[in-house]
Amino acid sequence: MTANIFKPDPYRIADIVHETELEYTFKVEAGVKVDHGQFFQISLPEIGEAPISVSGIGRDWLEFTIRKVGKVTHRLFSLRRGDRLFMRGPYGNSFPLDEFRGKDLVVIAGGTGVSPVRSLLKHYFDHFDEIRSLHFIAGFKDRDSILFADDLKDFAAKFDAIYTLDKEAIPGFQSGLVTEHIKKIPFAGFADYNVVIVGPPAMMRYAALECLKNGVSKEKIWMSFERKMSCAVGKCGHCKIDETYVCLEGPVFNYTKAEQLLD
Amino acid sequence: MAYRLSLSRMDELLEKMRESYTIYAPMRFEKRGRYSDTDLVRYDKIRSVRDIVYDEKSHFSPKEVIHPITQTLFHFTEFEYRESVVDERPVLVFVRPCDIHGIMRLDTMFLENGEAVDPYYERLRDKVKFVLMECGKGWDTCFCVSMGTNRTEDYSLAVRFAGEELLLEVKDPSFSPYFASEKEAEFRPEFVSANRLSVRVPEIKSRDVLEKVHTLPMWDSYDTRCLSCGACTAACISCSCFTTSDVAYSENGRSGDRRRVWASCLHKGFTEMAGGHGFRKTPGERMRFRTLHKVYDFRARFGGADMCVGCGRCTDRCPQLISFAATVNRLSGEVDRLNAEAAAATGVSV
Repeated sequence: MTANIFKPDPYRIADIVHETELEYTFKVEAGVKVDHGQFFQISLPEIGEAPISVSGIGRDWLEFTIRKVGKVTHRLFSLRRGDRLFMRGPYGNSFPLDEFRGKDLVVIAGGTGVSPVRSLLKHYFDHFDEIRSLHFIAGFKDRDSILFADDLKDFAAKFDAIYTLDKEAIPGFQSGLVTEHIKKIPFAGFADYNVVIVGPPAMMRYAALECLKNGVSKEKIWMSFERKMSCAVGKCGHCKIDETYVCLEGPVFNYTKAEQLLD
Repeated sequence: MAYRLSLSRMDELLEKMRESYTIYAPMRFEKRGRYSDTDLVRYDKIRSVRDIVYDEKSHFSPKEVIHPITQTLFHFTEFEYRESVVDERPVLVFVRPCDIHGIMRLDTMFLENGEAVDPYYERLRDKVKFVLMECGKGWDTCFCVSMGTNRTEDYSLAVRFAGEELLLEVKDPSFSPYFASEKEAEFRPEFVSANRLSVRVPEIKSRDVLEKVHTLPMWDSYDTRCLSCGACTAACISCSCFTTSDVAYSENGRSGDRRRVWASCLHKGFTEMAGGHGFRKTPGERMRFRTLHKVYDFRARFGGADMCVGCGRCTDRCPQLISFAATVNRLSGEVDRLNAEAAAATGVSV
């Protein structure tokens, strides 16, 4: 019989970091080759499985930043260091690092959308010579929902970073939605560049439109989609948009394709 | 080879076949229908050919034999997920021509879409052989001829019921030994060549027209009419979507089953993610999604045939009497208009 693609394997939890009251980062011992932007199906006992993007990639570990959403993930949040969780993956495509090489890169992320780009940012933090520059705009709802505070400080030291909170300004954070800061990116000064946008659907749509308004052409924009999935291998049907399966052809899409995906 | 058999003789042979095969066919469940005093006709294991309801269309399709409504994938404990086991015996299913085409659509999804083969589908599908049942004149919601699914040669046995007798074609030689001492007869199954309903599949000629199809006012009319109950997708032979969930045996939740259960794109929660964000919030949007999948998206992705095989069970089961044939024809009319408008705008004749 065909190998069971749905069988999850146990992995030991090496660490759990409380990012916010609602978002924990689970560091899992796993020596798996993963590309930036891919995701795993994590087993939530009594619930089933959920697609969770990889927020950190190490030589022998992976990180997943998971939002505690009501009762669904409560079991996962009761796990402790040393416990096991079950998962399978990685799935999906990834950000096109070859395309980004030698060019300027702009990363615009909102809320939990920072998780899927965190490993990408860390990669360029460690290999800054692979690109010409990196402009990073990260937006959060308020001071209590800031994710990866330590990483953000590191990134700001090396990248051109703009951090923003929806309705308040605090040290290190300006006020306003990410879309309001896009005009500050010196697109005209770039020889060649790419823009990565990840966040809630509305944020991605308006951020893309704001980029277009600032002269960015569609094929330079990349987005990562989040969808309900039960299988991650093109069978369950939940993530289908038109004739496209987000788990198979995504989650990363060039905007020329993304704008044509009509829910 | 073909044979003429009495029902009693066929039952004797069926008894022998049942030693090797599990045999499914549409059966009558008295007073189990949706409305009071009505019967339900659905698939189950038969013991006698007299159990087979051959002169009515079954309310549910045979897909549940290969893609069960609820299927245990794994038994889990704290420490492992152990794969579930199924009966090793091969399966014989009495089906209509459209259903055989419908199962080919399921094959495309479960065996071809993406790089991976679905092991749970494959392990059941590999064991299945078909007994084709003639449809006679068909039924008033059928549109198999329009969808090109009225004929098939993909069967092991074919049967025509005639009162206390039946005619049987044996195509798969592995079944010949059962019939070695039977009286031969002339028989080839006949197929429906015309339905009362005729359905025209839309020919969406451009990306621009497709975008306009998404915002057609016709979808809004389903906002009040469609109940989002999913009865159509449950009856559909080609609907393959499922949701996976865990069921705990014990209070502490440390052992249980991981199951998959049929899902419906008509249900409000089909796209809803943890946290409550979802897509396609109105019944009309979900109706549009289902309709386009059946008569456009599937063909756009895989080429060849449409996903819908025209069995008409969705129409039969809709509590709001929404006819899928009428929906598709209405869409095709709108698409004709949009294609013509697009052609006029670019100055090219249609």
